[in-house]
Amino acid sequence: MQLVSERILLDSTALGRVVRRMAVESLERSEGLDDLVLVGIHTGGVHLCERIADAIEEVEGERPATGRIDITLYRDDAFLGLPRPIIGETRIPDDSIAGKTVMLVDDVLFTGRTVRAALDALLDFGRPSKILLAVLVDRGRRELPIQADIIGSNVTTGPMHVVEAELRESGGTDQVVLYKRKVEPPEGEA
Amino acid sequence: MMQSLKKGGGSFRHLLGLDGVPVETIELILDQAVHMKDIMARPFKKVPAMRGTTVVNFFVEPSTRTRTSFSLAEKHLSADTVSFSPSTSSLSKGETLLDTARNLEAMQPDILVIRHHATGAPHFLARALNCSVVNAGDGIHEHPTQALLDLFTIRENKGKLAGLKVVIAGDIAHSRVARSGIFGMVSCGMDVRVAGPRTMLPKGIESLGVKVFDRLEPAVEGTDVVMMLRIQRERLGEALFPSAREYFRFFGLTPDVLALADKDAIVMHPGPINRCVEIDHDIADGPRSVILDQVTNGIAVRMAVLHLVNQARLEALGLGVSVTAQAKTTEEGS
Repeated sequence: MQLVSERILLDSTALGRVVRRMAVESLERSEGLDDLVLVGIHTGGVHLCERIADAIEEVEGERPATGRIDITLYRDDAFLGLPRPIIGETRIPDDSIAGKTVMLVDDVLFTGRTVRAALDALLDFGRPSKILLAVLVDRGRRELPIQADIIGSNVTTGPMHVVEAELRESGGTDQVVLYKRKVEPPEGEA
Repeated sequence: MMQSLKKGGGSFRHLLGLDGVPVETIELILDQAVHMKDIMARPFKKVPAMRGTTVVNFFVEPSTRTRTSFSLAEKHLSADTVSFSPSTSSLSKGETLLDTARNLEAMQPDILVIRHHATGAPHFLARALNCSVVNAGDGIHEHPTQALLDLFTIRENKGKLAGLKVVIAGDIAHSRVARSGIFGMVSCGMDVRVAGPRTMLPKGIESLGVKVFDRLEPAVEGTDVVMMLRIQRERLGEALFPSAREYFRFFGLTPDVLALADKDAIVMHPGPINRCVEIDHDIADGPRSVILDQVTNGIAVRMAVLHLVNQARLEALGLGVSVTAQAKTTEEGS
């Protein structure tokens, strides 16, 4: 599959601002740090989650607990002919989210299927008091009734588009790019 | 993180043995098993990955540990499972293996886990049936999941496999654990030695890439891993060795012999252990023994194997894309 860059949605300066704003909004929504746990969805949400935690620390002087969750074993597309990825690491602080406010973090919100799987995976670690969803980019085109609580940036996209958050931690240059596919995507791409 | 099955061809619809399985495939299984072990440590140890998948555990030869291990692995992955053993199956009524297996398959299981006293039984069934077959030990041939859990345990303790010195000691000729172990260890770049009485060393074993010793002491010297095999007491009548006591004197692992190994060497045993036949009490229960870790790791490794086999099965049905294809897509940054 060939990807052609269409435009840069966020450059590194804009990305920094957005992450700081998301950190402040997270604090507002969770009403403080006491019971807050930030959980990044493997792989795209993991680095973003740590960055938001860093930004919260700059504001509050204290860093929230962070974790990561892999959804490979919880996906709903086993029968759709979609790529089934290799399992990644899941790490939840104290192996429990009981009574916590969990902020689920992902880079791009699209169909909502990843978030659905992440919710299932999270709930195996106890009954949280609340789960919030924070995403860097909401690109629309939902296939499930799921919405984000904190959104870094909104962009209208078509099925032929791919949105990539290319963070330094994973070898990128800290930008969010809108790409267009040269070939038609398979039905139901997540 | 993104391992690929490229060199292995990516086909994983059955796991029949480790003969010819490339290091990349073995590493993929071990890496996946690390995450499976995390699941076992959770308060809620179940994931929905194999929901709606039926697994038949067909154990024609007695086994407690392996059958329980497979059964737990299947349950942790949410598969539906049924177990058959000789006393409850119609094999005792004279039905042939193929007929029994065909009847089992007519019930439409997705994966058949088989333990059989006849060498090659899983391979025969993999050709005859449509479902995926996982070998849980066949005769004196292979026991691939045992070898994989041994490799996992070694890697967990030593942080690597390539370059490590390992000795496998005991009845090499009648041990499927040794055979699968040798295939896997040699494939992973380990320096493998085998040791045992001449009556228990098969001719031509050197051709598998191992060094052969007919005494235990020189074989253990400088090794990182000492793997003792169970002496099958039922073989006493075959005059392979005079008595259990004499075997222990020459081939039993005692503190004096273990002192010849590397100071950080670990001691392994596939179980069940015969105390004071192949292994001394103080060593079996000692700080360097990882024998019980092997049992725990067995479940994690079997979860990884079942998950990969299930993925390959769906792929073969045209219902999925291989891990190979996934690794490729990810490289492209999709």
